[in-house]
Amino acid sequence: MKPRPFTYLAPTSVDEALAALAEHSFDAKVLAGGQSLAPLLNFRMASPEYLIDINDVAGLDRVRRVDGGWHIPALVRQRTVERSPELRAAFPLLPAALEQVAHPQIRNRGTVCGSLAHADPAAELPTVMTALDATMRVASVRGEREVPAEEFFQFHFTTSLEDDELLVGVTVDDLPPATSTGFAEFAPRHGDFALAAVAGVVTRASDGAVGAVRLVASGVAARPQRLTAAEKVLLGQRPTPDVVGAAERAARGEVDPTGDIHASADYRRHLVGVLARRVLTTIAEEGDHA
Amino acid sequence: MPESPSGTRTGHETQVVRTTVNGVEREAEVATRLTLADFLRHELRLTGTHVGCEHGVCGACTVHVDGAAVRSCLMLAVQANGRRVDTVEGLAGPDGELAPIQEAFSKHHALQCGFCTSGFLMSVAEALKEGPIETEQAAREVLGGNICRCTGYAGMVDAVLEASQTSYPTAKGEHA
Repeated sequence: MKPRPFTYLAPTSVDEALAALAEHSFDAKVLAGGQSLAPLLNFRMASPEYLIDINDVAGLDRVRRVDGGWHIPALVRQRTVERSPELRAAFPLLPAALEQVAHPQIRNRGTVCGSLAHADPAAELPTVMTALDATMRVASVRGEREVPAEEFFQFHFTTSLEDDELLVGVTVDDLPPATSTGFAEFAPRHGDFALAAVAGVVTRASDGAVGAVRLVASGVAARPQRLTAAEKVLLGQRPTPDVVGAAERAARGEVDPTGDIHASADYRRHLVGVLARRVLTTIAEEGDHA
Repeated sequence: MPESPSGTRTGHETQVVRTTVNGVEREAEVATRLTLADFLRHELRLTGTHVGCEHGVCGACTVHVDGAAVRSCLMLAVQANGRRVDTVEGLAGPDGELAPIQEAFSKHHALQCGFCTSGFLMSVAEALKEGPIETEQAAREVLGGNICRCTGYAGMVDAVLEASQTSYPTAKGEHA
């Protein structure tokens, strides 16, 4: 048997799950889709005393409309979101990114919230949710709180979740009118973690100039990084090729990636610029035709 | 392990799993840390499901759970409780007649050592349920979640396109 022995808990309600987390906090891991946790268990890189399997918890497996947005609870599989006609229409960024997350066999099981709570800085979903300014719904026996994506992701595999807290869902507000989105990544092989990725959300003012922009990169820092210098270049400007070129240079200049066996720091910096340009060019064309 | 003060159903070292595997109801008491892959192989003796990397990368252990292709090395056997599991042993008909994708793999020499084959078959079987696979690019995407380390993928691409035509005779396809 691969994993170390653990005590398996299968709560059937959020309250039961939170009670188990409160009791065992530091000694427990929450199991949802298991596509990141199960490999860690199999390798014995994680060996929790308690495994809290939330797959039997009622009421967490369906996407639902909430006031001004959509709520994706903790057990919604990535494949479900990818295929949901409502979510595809509301947030084209989600299927664009999800289609590049591993393979269908992984997305059939892996959950959106699981990927967020795992917080791999190379993963697509934390980057996309930061670009969408999503809100994490976090619960414990002490109560509930909301955490903006930008505060949720803190470091490699580290979120602002406390040991007794559960990410019960993520809420994404509807995009304002005249908003276009884009996603681009570069991975050596389809389905691998990307060397770098960029997600963008741009809202145009009535004159076609950029009124609001969120541009976020992965693979270049310990958490999704907002490309604030590039955003400043874009704000108030029409996204002409010159402006997009300036944003590309700004993006390249503001990231400080580390090199590793897969790619040098310089190459990652170059990639972020190129990916930002691709995302912004797509967004500019879409917005100009809207 | 006693009932926990929080009232949660607690894990014992073992738990009973009731699951329908290839249409047959199975029940067994298993260690809670046993993977679904090892449960199928060691407890049920369904050794057609192969175990390669054991961390979700190679796809050799792919089975269907409630109709969806998943990595059985990344699921616990206890998580299959109350669910339907289908393995490569269930692809052929009761009389042993091969499924179209098995027939096509054989015809196009889409296997050599065969270790990865059952995982590929299960991945393709799920994709074929969803609709025709009409282009080489689409076939390669369907095959992309599994790894073969000996014979290569060209025969598999041909096999997928042909099996799609067999399953969806009216769909257009690249395969002549």
